[in-house]
Amino acid sequence: MTSHHILSTFAITSLAAMTLAGCTPNNPASGFDGSIKVSSTESECKVSATEIKAGNTVFNVTNDGSQVTEFYILAEDGLRIISEVENIGPGITRNLTVTLSEGNYKTACKPGMVGDGIRGDLTVTANPDAQEVSADEQKLREDAQTQYAAYTKDQIDQLVTATESFAEAYKSGDDDAAREQYAPARLHFERVEPVAESFGDLDPALDAREADLEEGQEWTGWHRIEKDLWQPTAEENDGKKYTPLTDAERAEVADKLVEDTKSLQEKSRDLALTVDQIGNGAKGLLDEVAASKVTGEEEIWSHTDLSDFQGNIDGAKVAYDVLKPIAEKKDAELTKDLDKKFADVQQLLDQHSTDGTFVSYEELSEDQVRELSDAIDSLSEPLSKLTGTVVS
Amino acid sequence: MPTNNQPRFTRRAALGGAGAAVAAASAAGAGYWAGRPAPAQAADDSHAFYGEHQSGIETPAQDRMHFVALNVKVETAEELKELFQEWSEAAAILMAGHELGDATNYETPPDDTGEAMDLSAAHLTLTFGLGRSLFVDGNGKDRFGFAHQLPEALVEVPKMRGDALEENRSGGDLCIQACADDPQVAVHAIRNLVRIASGRAVVAWSQLGFGRTSSTSTTQKTPRNLFGFKDGTNSLKTENADLLAQHVWTSTENSKGNPNWMNGGSYLATRRIRMLIEPWDRAPLREQEDIIGRTKREGAPLSGGGEFDAPDFSMKGRGGPIIPHNSHLYLMHPDQNNGVQMLRRGFNYTDGTDGLGHLDAGLFFIAFVCDPRTHFIPMLRTMTSSDALSEYLKHNGSALFAVPPGIRDENDFIASGLFE
Repeated sequence: MTSHHILSTFAITSLAAMTLAGCTPNNPASGFDGSIKVSSTESECKVSATEIKAGNTVFNVTNDGSQVTEFYILAEDGLRIISEVENIGPGITRNLTVTLSEGNYKTACKPGMVGDGIRGDLTVTANPDAQEVSADEQKLREDAQTQYAAYTKDQIDQLVTATESFAEAYKSGDDDAAREQYAPARLHFERVEPVAESFGDLDPALDAREADLEEGQEWTGWHRIEKDLWQPTAEENDGKKYTPLTDAERAEVADKLVEDTKSLQEKSRDLALTVDQIGNGAKGLLDEVAASKVTGEEEIWSHTDLSDFQGNIDGAKVAYDVLKPIAEKKDAELTKDLDKKFADVQQLLDQHSTDGTFVSYEELSEDQVRELSDAIDSLSEPLSKLTGTVVS
Repeated sequence: MPTNNQPRFTRRAALGGAGAAVAAASAAGAGYWAGRPAPAQAADDSHAFYGEHQSGIETPAQDRMHFVALNVKVETAEELKELFQEWSEAAAILMAGHELGDATNYETPPDDTGEAMDLSAAHLTLTFGLGRSLFVDGNGKDRFGFAHQLPEALVEVPKMRGDALEENRSGGDLCIQACADDPQVAVHAIRNLVRIASGRAVVAWSQLGFGRTSSTSTTQKTPRNLFGFKDGTNSLKTENADLLAQHVWTSTENSKGNPNWMNGGSYLATRRIRMLIEPWDRAPLREQEDIIGRTKREGAPLSGGGEFDAPDFSMKGRGGPIIPHNSHLYLMHPDQNNGVQMLRRGFNYTDGTDGLGHLDAGLFFIAFVCDPRTHFIPMLRTMTSSDALSEYLKHNGSALFAVPPGIRDENDFIASGLFE
């Protein structure tokens, strides 16, 4: 997951969401396409219209200066940020799509990204055709962030506990217990995988598969132990006889797994994810499912891919659920579609589990794999519109 | 078979469409396809086969490609040399836009397979390369008595992070890259060269490319890859001979341990890189641009200006450098790679599906460099381990070939320096 900032969004997804929602830009006063042109220079912030109608508006912001600039829509008090677009390099144009309700606002260009910026007034007049803008949207966003942060923290705390117990069983040579705990412990990791991925080297240290390694790279983490618990035959191991880890090696790998997991807990403690990061994280989780779980490439020795699959879906569903109250107000069709498609995927997954324990990936038929893959794809497409809808 | 120094065809110079001297084929009695009528001159839209360097490297990149890797079946250097001689003659004829041999004898199969009969030369270029496995086999055994001529630079490409290489898309004793404006012309050339090799070399793998992803001349517009971004903006161009001499054409100065027979040659590195286009298409524009480091429509660096303006890596944005340091532009730029540059000449491909409802589509990456140890492998390692783009890529094929220098004239042939 890459580092993103709240409240800013660029054209494509928001425009698509806007069209689907049946909103059309409603300010013929400016550009032929209804967008408001903004030109930001070192000394000026020219906005092509200072009075617009309520509803969905696209600001087409061009940096005509020589420093990086930003464009803000602020509340009447000039303090509260309604929406912003940042990182506009010299000569580059970015779109800011925002839904505004009737009232007085300020516009601001911020060349050089410092100070209060070059301010102007913006009046938004009543528009009976425009959609309602929730006055308490800021509150809804804060709620979403709080809920998701709590979920992440809880999952990582549970992950630490489960990992310690798993590592202990493995170290002590109780392989049956370790095998039993493997998938349930990893489930917590899979639920919040994009969080781990946001900490550079932690994800490969914890979750690299053998195929992911480059020549000479040390292999640590879950999958190193997986292979030792479900030892391959020489035939399955590229023709080479598998050499089990010694007790000392076991202790080393197990201790490092616990240490790295605690490091993840430490680093994520103060993580404040923004709504767009939450939405994009959900997309990232489904990409994970499509890339390795649905193909059986994640757990090539334990074949517990379906449990990881469930973990990714759980995480994406929670991200969606916390954002749903905001998205629903803006595009009820989208949330209806997402509700149905999450349910479809879950229903398919349920067919392969008994009391929360999934069948081995190897037991799935080609048709069943294809069915799961299709369901994921079908969910992924509308889910990719969630972030744009939420922040517009 | 004719003797080694006796050309199978005689040729005379003719003027090509671009005003360049183009060698055209005409049939003499002694040829491999003796007795065919003599075409007067090369087609207007043809490139010269003979020259200091092989064609298809600095030649303005054509839009279509058929690439093939072959494994050699013959066991003596003499047989291999004959194959290279026959290929050289055939390549000159094909590139001139002419038919091979005779297609009039009612009792024999036509020499030329025929599917390019009514087509022009379509700027066909043919580029031949030699893989490491041609010199030494898997056990390090000398195959043809020229293991001592194996260039130090023709290494095994090490396994990279996330590599999902497939055997039937990787390696090979020989390669032929055919590029043309018309896909049928490229396929026709490969098909006929493979046919000529019958019993002596067999196809190991093959790849079609439908659109160039790089420009190798300043006269060309920068094309786009399947992520929708301009690709190869900074690729080396034919107009800059000094940079080509420095980074593309192999010499003792730019490639340690370079054997004489490779002077003026190059190394051709391929990677078949599947692009996970469906997840990419669902990524917000901002994420896409941050990953590439350029704007999507203009191809301008995120630090501003136009496509060909130099990126300003020191420019700060909100939350970090405005061109992120894990972006493709930043990591692959010469500034971060000891000033090293590549001549990229890759092609977009689509090739069926992955069986799970997704297109198998991506980039057949091709780069020509003077030494892969300094000009390719370090960048590949950076890209596979640090580049944000790699999250959307899967490398499933890899090969490296030594591309000998150009074939000088009718008496010369591919890799002739190896046989001296």
